[in-house]
Amino acid sequence: MHRLDSLRQAVRELLDAGEVDGVLALRADHGGTVPHLFQSGDDLSDLALWPKFPMPSTVDLLLSMEPEAKLGVVIRGCDERGLVEMAKRNQVDLARLTLLGVACLPDEVAYCPCSKPYPSEITVGEPLEGVVDPRVSEHAQLGRAERLAFWTHQFAKCFKCYACRDVCPQCFCEDCVLENDLWVERGVLAPPFPSFHLIRALHTVGKCIGCHECELSCPADIPLTILYALLRQDAETMFGYVPGASIEDEPPLVIAGVT
Amino acid sequence: MDYRNVLTTCIYCGAGCNLYLQVANDRVVGVLPAKQHPISQGKLCIKGWNAHGFVHHEDRLTQPLIRENGAFREASWDEALTLVADKLQAARADHGPDSVGIMASAKCTNEENYLLQKFARSVIGTNNVDHCARL
Repeated sequence: MHRLDSLRQAVRELLDAGEVDGVLALRADHGGTVPHLFQSGDDLSDLALWPKFPMPSTVDLLLSMEPEAKLGVVIRGCDERGLVEMAKRNQVDLARLTLLGVACLPDEVAYCPCSKPYPSEITVGEPLEGVVDPRVSEHAQLGRAERLAFWTHQFAKCFKCYACRDVCPQCFCEDCVLENDLWVERGVLAPPFPSFHLIRALHTVGKCIGCHECELSCPADIPLTILYALLRQDAETMFGYVPGASIEDEPPLVIAGVT
Repeated sequence: MDYRNVLTTCIYCGAGCNLYLQVANDRVVGVLPAKQHPISQGKLCIKGWNAHGFVHHEDRLTQPLIRENGAFREASWDEALTLVADKLQAARADHGPDSVGIMASAKCTNEENYLLQKFARSVIGTNNVDHCARL
């Protein structure tokens, strides 16, 4: 059976079982996809999977809006890792979620590129080997002066749209330090170098699960995922921590419940 | 429990980026980018990401106001548009088409601004077309 048909069947069964108030999944819309809350009796023929769309932020929105609701969610590996890190910081309650896992197809794995393109429990699809973003190892070969020149050029393009923060499932601080005049002066472009982007980068350590949405959302095409991938490597080397890998692992930078 | 996303065009400039308004229980609560859109390609600027902010704002005007004797009163769209049309026609009749100027807006789409200059040139009969970004 085609994976979309299998997924529709799984969503239908979950809705018919009546244990969730709806299933959050992607719906085909105007040539793309967008998160949609499928409910009992809905037509599932336009349930879709590509282009991928980050689900955790919408899950957070719906759970906050409806404190009693239970949801089914169609997730990829990156979505699950994101939800795991959010759960560790009390942003989502996994007990209220039923996850329907989708393993990514080869071209989807290459598009991201993703280190673990499948969730812990797979409803549809077959798990594929992860791939490493070749830009990360290439960047690691550069000397300090070359890196500085590279990021000076990249960050000079930033016009502070905050898309990297807004799209990020792991950016949920109510008061964002990047909106604090102490660190980031209002009305001035480009933002302070390198502190603006390094503040955000350091805040993602132990949280960033490599969904690539920040880079995909950046109007200035800044290759942010190179930076975050290198920090993720450092965190793994220093602390043995892989964000999103397990709900049991304690994030290394959590001190008194705050990262 | 009601949640849906409505595709629309960003109201903040003429670039015409598309975005989804997140609608939950009949309230517009957020924005998601539209990855399929040929112009915005899933990217938005800071204004696009906050395009929902004014929708339910308490300061938002939700119907036309007509000033009479120095004070505003609420009016219907029909009444307000009729008043504007009457005043434009009177100015044109009394002082000629070039007594009218049309200010286009950066908050309109390219197509809406095209229609506005067409209205100025073909209906009013003036080339007095300018743009709020000049201010």
